[in-house]
Order: sequence, then structure tokens, then C-alpha cells
Amino acid sequence: MYTLSNRLRLFSVILMVVGLVGLIVGFGQRPGSVEEVKEMMAAHDAHGGGHGESQVAESGHGNQGHGEEDAHGGDAHYEHILHQLQNKPWASLYVAAFFFFMIALGVLAFYAIQFASQSGWSPVLFRVMEAITAYLVPGGIILFIILALSGFHVNHLFVWADPEVVAHDALIQGKSSWLNGWGFIIRAAIFLGGWLLYRHFAVKYSRKQDEDTEGNKWYKKSFKISAGFLVFFIYTESMASWDWIMSFDPHWFSTLFGWYVFASLFVSGITTIALISIYLKSKGYLEFVNNSHIHDLAKFMFGISIFWTYLWFSQFMLIWYSNIPEEVTYFITRIEDYNLPFFGMLVMNFIFPILVLMNSDFKRVNWFVVMAGIVILCGHYIDVYNMVMPATVGESWFIGISEISAVLLFLGLFLFVVFRALTKAPLLPKGNPYIEESKHFHY
Amino acid sequence: MASKVIHALYIDDDILMDAVKKVRAEHYHIEEVYTPFPVHGLDKAMGLPHTRLAITSFMYGCVGLTVAILMMNYIMIEDWPQDIGGKPSFSYIENMPAFVPIMFELTVFFAAHLMVITFYMRSKLWPFKKAENPDVRTTDDHFLMEVDAGNHDVDQLASFLGDTGAVEIKVIDKEEDNH
Repeated sequence: MYTLSNRLRLFSVILMVVGLVGLIVGFGQRPGSVEEVKEMMAAHDAHGGGHGESQVAESGHGNQGHGEEDAHGGDAHYEHILHQLQNKPWASLYVAAFFFFMIALGVLAFYAIQFASQSGWSPVLFRVMEAITAYLVPGGIILFIILALSGFHVNHLFVWADPEVVAHDALIQGKSSWLNGWGFIIRAAIFLGGWLLYRHFAVKYSRKQDEDTEGNKWYKKSFKISAGFLVFFIYTESMASWDWIMSFDPHWFSTLFGWYVFASLFVSGITTIALISIYLKSKGYLEFVNNSHIHDLAKFMFGISIFWTYLWFSQFMLIWYSNIPEEVTYFITRIEDYNLPFFGMLVMNFIFPILVLMNSDFKRVNWFVVMAGIVILCGHYIDVYNMVMPATVGESWFIGISEISAVLLFLGLFLFVVFRALTKAPLLPKGNPYIEESKHFHY
Repeated sequence: MASKVIHALYIDDDILMDAVKKVRAEHYHIEEVYTPFPVHGLDKAMGLPHTRLAITSFMYGCVGLTVAILMMNYIMIEDWPQDIGGKPSFSYIENMPAFVPIMFELTVFFAAHLMVITFYMRSKLWPFKKAENPDVRTTDDHFLMEVDAGNHDVDQLASFLGDTGAVEIKVIDKEEDNH
């Protein structure tokens, strides 16, 4: 049995408190009026130098759909920036909430695949996976609350939720039978409810199988619900990615967006399994996990990173080549306003893992896997950031107190929930029919 | 000079694996093992060094990538620039996304084909080569371990191999030049 050390508990609580305080400060620092924006920008220009001018020059494009500013110039520009800065803490809260939720969701999908494929190598890691998916409950509830607030236009994250904007926007009007507050919330409830339901029963059956191995009755039930869940998941995950991410740019669409988000959450989830397994091993737990298991996880990290790049490039190249105005604006805003995070994430999510994890021997060296894993996780945080921020804060982005605090808050919550869930059951699922094969797994 | 080798035949890969470990523990020298299918972990049990084929594959991939870049630069930018989809080919870097599929394909093509050719050369295989296996049953359901008799007592070695589960043991006088 794993026991949660006081140091780790304290560490996660400190992260949560610091994150929460920082986030409150971030919300408090939002400018309330156009005058405050002017003051802030004047103070910024005094030492930043010339940055404001480039923003004026660029304010003509991007942020399609912010209907509040019909005329550019004069106070309209400052009002535009005011809205962006008012959105910023909300958007950073959303990015962090979604990022940690997607890790847990990726692990849930990976866990279901292990059952559906009746894998023999992985059962020794099942308790780690089950613990990570425990975050789905608090993470899902928080995400649902943020989605509900956004869908009913308490904040300005989704432009389609603003009746003022929709009234002047024929394209969003055409999509409003899908993109409306109630539909949004009901779909979110179905998606989250279905995933949590699977999580509840899968973990329950896994625990029951330990107590009662007779005829592998519980294992067979796990197999059945996992196969069913995977069918449900691939549809709902795709729709959730339209709702929760793609609808930030309601004029734009990409047909492989669901896959793209799936690759991101899958690789983040697998990386987290590897990191937590290596951490637990370093603390003397999981003695039955050998370096072949780590090797396999690292192979998945490597492979899914390349898969992610494949999808990223497939999406990018078609839009870049066809150069259709309503499609290509998506990438123009990102390349012009988000140049460093946009290309930086490509280095972190593709070039770094491909070079570091290519060699077979490096995949069994723990510190190599940890280093690659941390870079992959940071890279996929930036990926989500790039998907959300351009449509919500536009060119007024910077990594400030609210971004860092939101990550700390959810990191603290994630660590607290996951490691507390680890204490709930023995780390070895001894009733699993493949447990002996898994223990003796070698490459 | 003729050397003596012993051919020990086994009928099960698990028994073979145990036998290989026992023979190596007694410091006999295993020349070669012939199996009808790849036996997982046999290379490790025999103490064979790790393959360097992966390293050659990486290098061939780099060659393929370079060839693709140079080739596309010559064809599409230098030799015959065209304006495709409103994207005139004046510079390689600006048109690079269009060349990525070719860069990828040639990387894979070079890595795969040259790696296979390297494997054939390294294993001394070529078309119409006569099979080297000493006993045709190793292509069906038997496993053959060839142990160098060297200066050991042949009878003692043979009985030791019999204890490891061999179903048939043959002592072969082998000419130095035919292996």
C-alpha cells in the first residue's frame, strides 16, 4: 500500500494555495475601463518601447467575431484590448483546467485500451492509471462549471455565447442550432457523465477482481465496458473538442480537429503514467515494474508524439496550401502574433522527443524519460494555449501571473487527488489474469 | 585442419533456451543455433552483441532526408520554378511545407531499403545462395545447436548435451573452410 507522505501533501496544498492567491490577484488586476488600459499601455511602452505601435498596426486582423469593435481607431482599439485583458485570467484558468483534465482523460482512454486489447504487459501499471483517472471527478466538475459560465456568457470566452455578436454574424447564426448555451451544457454533461460512469465501474470491477478471481468474472465485465467505452469515447471526445476548443474560433473549422486533440491528450496521459511510475519506483514502491515497462511507455511517448506531429502537419499543410481566407486566418494569427509558442511547441513536441527518445537504450534510462516527459508535457500545455488564447486574448497575450497561478493551482489539485487515490488500493492488481505475464514482461 | 563440432537437436524452443543457458554456463562455445522461427530472447541467451542495424538505419534516414532536400531544391526552386497555388517557388524555406511529404517519404525509403540491403550483406545472403542450414529439419520443427568440440572430451560433451534435453546428437568433422 502506498502512503501519502506529509511532504507531498504539504507541497500540493502549497501549490493550490499559491495558485489560488495568484489567480485572485490576476482577476483583480483586470482593467475595468478603457482609461486603465491606456494607463497600463503607457506604463508598458515607457520601458517596453514601441510595442504598443505594433499592436495598433496589427489590430486590423485577427479576432474575427469580436463584434464589439466595428470601427478600428480611437477608443475602439483600446476597448478591444480591454476586452482581451478582461478575458485573460478566464482564458488562462480555462487552459490549465482543460490541460490537467485532458491528462486524466488520456489515461482513461489508455486504460480502456489495455483492457479491450487484453494486454499482458501493462497490468502492473493499472493502479497508477486508476489513480490518475481519479482526477476526472474534481477536474471534470471544475471544467463543467467553467464551461457553464462561459456557455451562458458570464465571461467572454466564447464569442458565440454573446447575443450581441451573434446578431451581427450570419455564420454564427447558421451554427447556432449547435452552438448555444443549453446545447453546449447538455452535451458537456453527457460527455463528462459518460466518461465518469465508465471510470467508476472500471475501477470498481478492477478492485472486485482482486477479491474474487473465480472465473475472471469481473475481468470479463471490465473488458466489455472498456470496449463499449472506447466506441463512446472516440465520438464524444471528437465532439467535445469541437465544443470546448474549436468553437473559440466559430468561423473556422478543421475536420481532423478531434483526432488532433486526441493525440495531444493521449501523449500527455501516457507521459504522466511514465512520470508517476518512475517517481513511485524511486520512492521504493512498484518493485514489480521493471525497465521494460518504462521502455514500453517511452515507446508510446515517442510514437504518439510523432502521431501528433503528423496530425498537426496534416491540418497545417492543407490549410496553408489552399490558402482560403476564412481558413488560413487561423494560422496567420498564430504565426504572426504567437510565433514563439507556435513554433516552440513544435520543437518541444516533435524535434525534442524524436531525438531524445529515438535510441532504444535511452528509453530505459529513467532520467532521460523524465526529461523528455517534462518537455512533452510543457509542449502540450503550450499546444492548448495556442488553441485557446488567440481567439480569446488575441495579440494581448503574455505569460503572466494568472497563467502561472492557474497551472500551479491545477497542478497542486492534480497531485493531491492522484496521490491520495493511490493510497486507496494495493499497488499491485493481484487478481488480474495477466498479472504474472506482466510481472515477467521483458523486452 | 579439421575441427569437430557437435550438432544437438531439440524439439522445443523452451528446452532449447534452457539448454543454451546451461551450455554457456559450462563455458562451451556455441557456434550457431538454427531455428525454424525467431526465438524471443535467444540472442541474449547466446550472448550475442546488440545489433548495430538501428544505427545504420538512422544514418540512412539522414541521407534520405538530405537527398530529398537537395533534390526538391534543384527540381522545384533552381531548375524549373513554378507558381503553384499562388505560391511562387523563389525560396526553399517558404515552400518547405509542400516538400515535407517528400522529405518524409525519402527518409523512410532510404532507411528501409538500405537497411534491408545492409542486413543481407551482413548476413552474407544473396539471391540463389545455397542454404547453409546443416539439417533440413531446422526449417520445419527442429532446433539445432552447433557446439564447438574444441579440445573438450567429445563423449563427455555429448552426454552433457543429452542431459540438456537434446533428442539427437551428432559429431561432425568439419573442414575449416566451409563455414
